[in-house]
Amino acid sequence: MNEEIIISGRMNPKIDPVLAIWGWEIPLYLFLGGLAAGILFFAALYTILGREKELPTAVRRATFLVPAILVIGLFALFLDLKNKLYFWQLYTTIRLESPMSWGAWVLMLVTPLSIVWCVAYWRDLVPNWKFKVEWLEYIEKMVNKYRKPLAWVMIVSSVILGIYTGILLSAFNARPLWNTSILGPLFLVSGLSTGAAVIMWMSKDHLERTLFSKIDLILIGIEIFFIIHLFMGFLASNAAQIEAAQLFLGGAYTLPFWGGVVVLGLLVPAILEIMELRGKKIPVAFPAFLILLGGMIFRFIMVDAGQISKYLY
Amino acid sequence: MRYAMVIDTKKCVGCSDCVVACQNENRVPIGYCRDWVIENAKGTFPNVSIELRSERCNHCENSPCVRCCPTGASHYEEGGLVKVTRHECIGCGACVQSCPYDARYSHPDGFVDKCTFCHHRISEGKLPSCVSVCPTECMYFGDLDDKESKVYQLLQNRDWKVLAPEVGTKPHVYYLV
Repeated sequence: MNEEIIISGRMNPKIDPVLAIWGWEIPLYLFLGGLAAGILFFAALYTILGREKELPTAVRRATFLVPAILVIGLFALFLDLKNKLYFWQLYTTIRLESPMSWGAWVLMLVTPLSIVWCVAYWRDLVPNWKFKVEWLEYIEKMVNKYRKPLAWVMIVSSVILGIYTGILLSAFNARPLWNTSILGPLFLVSGLSTGAAVIMWMSKDHLERTLFSKIDLILIGIEIFFIIHLFMGFLASNAAQIEAAQLFLGGAYTLPFWGGVVVLGLLVPAILEIMELRGKKIPVAFPAFLILLGGMIFRFIMVDAGQISKYLY
Repeated sequence: MRYAMVIDTKKCVGCSDCVVACQNENRVPIGYCRDWVIENAKGTFPNVSIELRSERCNHCENSPCVRCCPTGASHYEEGGLVKVTRHECIGCGACVQSCPYDARYSHPDGFVDKCTFCHHRISEGKLPSCVSVCPTECMYFGDLDDKESKVYQLLQNRDWKVLAPEVGTKPHVYYLV
């Protein structure tokens, strides 16, 4: 047996023995960003398809959550910065090569867009509301007039936001676990699925619930396919990626991933939803909560495990 | 001009003088280091070999850290040096994640820091402090575009390697083996 021992004299905080420069802030943001993208995507989609009346939760009510979700996510990102008061420097440059620069600018677009979208539906929440400020009424009027073009902008930017949460990680070629192009689509689909879960949970209308149950089932199917694809890719790749995949195939993250994400977060809610669609009475909160929890655990595991995976030399 | 460092693993004794010199020269905060020594033992007894490497930022030609930086704080300097502009760094950690050598760290003062090849010294015509103190003189620093330079000559005449070439970073720290 050929053995190799590597002894390092380096012990930099948060770098050694394993990289831990990103704590809970980044995975929480990745989850919230995906969730916001999911809700906005469906709101925009069904506005474009002209089904606002049939699907009030998807198009209107659920979107009221989005500004709050994004603000919490942005605050988490802000907490992650080591030089917080310099955060504005993200907006003095546009760097096309840097996914984080993309993300910062997309958030700059999506956050105001989601607020404007809600302002125009404010009277749904508080009937007979009178905006005391004139320009708010102006915004309301303009948004309602140009709702369709706005929906097009929102659907594109929500897809960019959702896919970016994965690309942020996959662009790091130093971390073999992240360095796979399937991560962008996987995070996007997972984000859409959590968004659909929230809409399903909030909806009081049977037709809307059934529709989003079905959408969620399809998304779960795609997610499982992507996860299989992810591991097929790893195992057919170089030694560093095979090693990275071992973290989930017998390594430290095996149980949290297969138990927490795949079984609890995907398979169980899928079974519950199928049972519900077949007429069994199942509280909608169960599958919805499990999907959200699974989505969150998935982000935390991917960020943690990715930082452990590395090239050995 | 292409600055490069050539380190002779056959001459290095692993004394860590380079580490202390760097910490002293660059006022590296206590508990941190910009360069470090790796002891790599291979084989099965009695056929074992040890390789000692003084490692640091590789000042890569295709630097993932420069690519990933959202503000442009990580940038190339003349001669291919990779540096961080402190007042442009927001400390997001993207460059730390992107470095396959884990050469960067988050400075307690709120920016990301790493080896600069002692830019302040080489611009005065001096050698980087790690090179200048090495008691076995196993480290060489110079310009790869200059065919008369010691680094160029060594790479022509000796076997060498770079670290993790498969990541595609094109490092500028070479190890003679």
